[in-house]
Amino acid sequence: MTALNERSIAAVARERILVMDGAMGTMIQGYQLSDADYRGKRFADYPSDLKGANDLLNITQSRVIKEIHTSYLEAGADILTTNTFNANSISMSDYKLERIVQELNFEGARIAREAADEASTPERPRFVAGALGPTNRTASMSPDVSDPGYRAITYDEIRTTYREAASALIEGGVDLLLLETVFDTLNAKAALFAFEELFEERGSRLPVMVSGTITDRSGRTLTGQTIEAFWYSVRHGRPISIGLNCSFGAAQLRPYIAELAAIADCMISAYPNAGLPNEFAEYDELPEETASHIQTWAEDGLVNFVGGCCGTTPDHIQSIAEAVAGFPPREPPILQQCLRLSGLEAIEVV
Amino acid sequence: MMTPRFINIGERTNVAGSAKFRKLIISEDYEGALQIARQQATNGAQILDINMDEGMLDGEAAMVRFLRMIAAEPDISRIPVMIDSSKWSVIEAGLKNVQGKGIANSISLKEGEAPFVEQAELIRRYGAAVVVMAFDENGQAETAARKVEICTRGYCLLTDQVGFPPEDIIFDPNIFAVATGIEEHNDYAVAFIEATRRIKSELPYAHVSGGVSNVSFSFRGNDNVRSAMHSAFLYHAIQAGMDMGIVNAGQVPIYEEIPIDLKNRIEDVLFNRGNDATERLLEVAQQHKGHFSKPTEDNDASWRETDVAGRLQYALVRGINDFVVQDTEEARQAADRPISVIEGPLMAGMSEVGDLFGAGKMFLPQVVKSARVMKQAVAHLIPFMEKEKGSRNGVGNKAGRIVLATVKGDVHDIGKNIVSVVLQCNNYEVIDLGVMVPCLDIIETAKSEGANLIGLSGLITPSLEEMRVIAREMTRADIKVPLLIGGATTSRVHTAVKIATNYTGATVHVSDASKAVGVVGSLLSVDRCDKFLAEVADEYEEIRDRHAKGDRRSTRQTLAGARANKFKINWSDYKPPKPNYSGLRVFENYDLSMLERYIDWNPFFQAWELAGKFPRILDDEVVGEAARELHRDAQVMLSRIIDEGWFNARAVIGLWPANVIGNEDIVVFSDHSRKVVLATLHTLRQQMARDRRRANHALADFIAPLESGVADYVGAFVVTTGHGCDEAANRFEVAHDDYNAIMVKSLSDRLAEAFAEHMHERVRKELWGYATAESLDSESLILEQYQGIRPAPGYPACPDHTEKKTLFSLLEAEFNTGVTLTDNFAMWPSASVCGIYFSHPESRYFGVGKIERDQVEDYAKRKGIAVADVERWLASTLNYDRDQSAEKAA
Repeated sequence: MTALNERSIAAVARERILVMDGAMGTMIQGYQLSDADYRGKRFADYPSDLKGANDLLNITQSRVIKEIHTSYLEAGADILTTNTFNANSISMSDYKLERIVQELNFEGARIAREAADEASTPERPRFVAGALGPTNRTASMSPDVSDPGYRAITYDEIRTTYREAASALIEGGVDLLLLETVFDTLNAKAALFAFEELFEERGSRLPVMVSGTITDRSGRTLTGQTIEAFWYSVRHGRPISIGLNCSFGAAQLRPYIAELAAIADCMISAYPNAGLPNEFAEYDELPEETASHIQTWAEDGLVNFVGGCCGTTPDHIQSIAEAVAGFPPREPPILQQCLRLSGLEAIEVV
Repeated sequence: MMTPRFINIGERTNVAGSAKFRKLIISEDYEGALQIARQQATNGAQILDINMDEGMLDGEAAMVRFLRMIAAEPDISRIPVMIDSSKWSVIEAGLKNVQGKGIANSISLKEGEAPFVEQAELIRRYGAAVVVMAFDENGQAETAARKVEICTRGYCLLTDQVGFPPEDIIFDPNIFAVATGIEEHNDYAVAFIEATRRIKSELPYAHVSGGVSNVSFSFRGNDNVRSAMHSAFLYHAIQAGMDMGIVNAGQVPIYEEIPIDLKNRIEDVLFNRGNDATERLLEVAQQHKGHFSKPTEDNDASWRETDVAGRLQYALVRGINDFVVQDTEEARQAADRPISVIEGPLMAGMSEVGDLFGAGKMFLPQVVKSARVMKQAVAHLIPFMEKEKGSRNGVGNKAGRIVLATVKGDVHDIGKNIVSVVLQCNNYEVIDLGVMVPCLDIIETAKSEGANLIGLSGLITPSLEEMRVIAREMTRADIKVPLLIGGATTSRVHTAVKIATNYTGATVHVSDASKAVGVVGSLLSVDRCDKFLAEVADEYEEIRDRHAKGDRRSTRQTLAGARANKFKINWSDYKPPKPNYSGLRVFENYDLSMLERYIDWNPFFQAWELAGKFPRILDDEVVGEAARELHRDAQVMLSRIIDEGWFNARAVIGLWPANVIGNEDIVVFSDHSRKVVLATLHTLRQQMARDRRRANHALADFIAPLESGVADYVGAFVVTTGHGCDEAANRFEVAHDDYNAIMVKSLSDRLAEAFAEHMHERVRKELWGYATAESLDSESLILEQYQGIRPAPGYPACPDHTEKKTLFSLLEAEFNTGVTLTDNFAMWPSASVCGIYFSHPESRYFGVGKIERDQVEDYAKRKGIAVADVERWLASTLNYDRDQSAEKAA
């Protein structure tokens, strides 16, 4: 079953540029949910503060989440991403919700699946990507400046965390896994390891999208890698696509997408924020502006998957979908077969 | 056959291989251990091998801790790591602590297929490449056949069963010691090389690596023979396809430099030729105590044993000046006349240098070092020749006489000095008129000295205009000798279009110093001159044609059109950062040691015409040795410059409230009331045709317009490290040491740029203070990965050099830094940098490109000067021929 899905998303993506959905957080804010809404009946008396635990809404406000999914589908999204960005035991420990991580992921997948299936037609299948965020710890850096050798989290802890979340997403019916907003490649490598373990156990693979984020105009990840080094470090995971999300607006993201497009022999995904945050830390780029930037990516053959990150809305997605319609998807280049290694920077051994 | 690229794997971070590293790790001095890793990375290791296999240590814990420490050091973790252990648990612990793609070293079939496959599967999942030892259930492979058999078996298991990418497999087919006295060992080197050849041809995409130092193990204690063996072994193994190796790269001599007798004996051992090969190598091993790879080192004495002519020639080719006076004197006493020494051994040596340089086997820094030896030898002989003849005119038969000058208004002379030295090496007489040479002096000297050639050099754009004037004046003075044009802003196109058309004689552009000898040789050769000139004339004619057509084709915009498409910043939601102070800050005698880490070495190597990117250039197959030597010499001089305070570094920084008035003029205010205008900075706008995606930039676009009501700011600076530089260079020149004279100038230039980089960082973080949290390594600085820019007048974003005058008066720079401007607005001393600071996050560098007459007229009006003056200063920026348009106007 999953093998069929893999073929179909890869096949569809070869025909046209696929559109992903936009921000979840911005849309949830629009509902102005109260603390009580977040808690629902089940967590009414839960001892910790739950306001802002967006992933919890998969259980307590599933109707809201599904509505948001549906509005993105109506705007023209081909791929929904599940509301599970923080649904992992490391991030959820902030709310003391580690124990329901599996349920959060399963429900997140189920809701998105339901929405996608309602909108799917044989001519226009809609897909569900299980979203896996970066967690809020980093395996490559010490949080203690006076002790650079210290780590707040280990590879094996991260691996176990991702394995739990990914397993429940697959159970819930996602078509593919989306490892997104990667700021520490070692975290991502632990996730890819966990996926491989899971695929082996299940006897079948799901497509994996990997999407990194760069912290500033240095064009490097938070942990210091160049884009090229980042790509070589995750290439062994054989992702269906590599890309960038968040970071900054489309205008600023372009050179890095172009750089990646030149060296990646898989597909390219890109879903920027709605511009740069203004002085109130809000994203206020208009849908047409975002779309016109992304259109140039499509024109220049840089992308296979496009969508929106922080601050984007169904209007943005609609504009983006219209802007890229008709442009052919990028053809991944065939690279010379040679040893590619990386530290913070990349080298090739020809 | 294409020579494959060879990857050096740093070997010193290995507790088994380095006693120093072992001690540091065992005593838990990780900071000290990091230092060793850093040295490896900066000395050109492309991969860092880390090994913690030692009985006293918890290998896993040490590996993990060291890898985590490295992760916090960008100058080390820049390169990939090779996790080296015979224990799988250590390798696995290591793989969980590297974010990049490294190499696991190693796995083997020693325990059979099951663990081999299992470990390989995990390594693939961890995302690393793998080293496979030629080792199976029956032990380590010794013969080529066994090595290939095991590697093939490993390859098939990895690619078929594990799905390991073949390009990620690296075989280590075991390098074992030869010449041990045991007969079976004699074939070990041959076996490795043969196995390498077969692995590379039979197992597609796989690589071959090995620990090279094993091969010479039986010569422990004789490092020179050992390193010669490593060199010879690598030479043949690399030819066979070995593409990486654990070696101490700095210690391997160049294959060609191994004395031939020793090399033959070593190769007989390596290739197992003759039963007595080992004995024959042992016979000479004791004699070879000298270190042939670094002739400048004290322990190199073997070449001193040859006759005096041989020694002089050797010293010339190697650029060793330690014995030059002593040897020259010995040769003079033996010769019938002093001149015979020049015509004999010295010329023979220089001609060998010329041949090697021509063949690409020697590089500019080495040639300049050779020239130093030559000059010092000749300087020693001159008094004797004068005594003999009462005149120095008889010094040899020169191949030609050349007048060189950096033109009026320009002070940059590193390139010209290099050309001068190179030509002198090739037996040309050079009359070097120095810098800022007026046109008339050049013409008069050329006439009075009967020059065969004139060479003009310049770095700043107004020099292009000056060269055109000189060409015209040379025609008027009826000079006919060929004119050579060189220097950073000069180009073939400009020479063909603007200079050659103004001169009746031949004009040739020389793109770099190493081309100078060939061009001069052709021009002064009776046989070749006509043909060469005809070729140049054809080529330039074609360039002029193309240029004329290109002019008509390019689509342009009116100034009004360009303004309508200016770079738009939404000022309503941006608040420019307010500087922490306003006005001037002056810095005197700035600590030079602060600047070292800001040095960008790339332009340094470019100045010496060594091609390649630093630090990779240090390992370059072709120029690596020359680059390392140059870099080493530079480091030595740099530490003297710093320790002995050769230069007085001075700077002035200014930050002021500012706004844009009109479209391109930045008005600088005296204080926050924005009432008193201190000066106006005039910028130029791009006029190329643009699509909707790209704007027509002017620097003023990055500053808020006055009418926006937004309080914006601008900064400016002048920094110099040039005070003291000429004095230092003169000290070397007096000692006939052009090499160090050029070196001191090129370092002074680098320090000035480093100073500009450093002050810009201080401005961002502290003085203006809009990026207090910024933390960049030196490479990111070089790549300009920060907010804000510092364009300099005369460079592409603001091509008008005359703006420096405004900048200098704003900054009171002459008083505050001692830097002055020449007639053509070059800064003196030349190791100085000036520029304007912009802070806006979207400010960026761009090239104004060519501008049209409408903008020139507008600009002249804004600056309050004549159109003709603007056209003169911006001659190379005009998109029209001002002579033609002046004629039309008349």
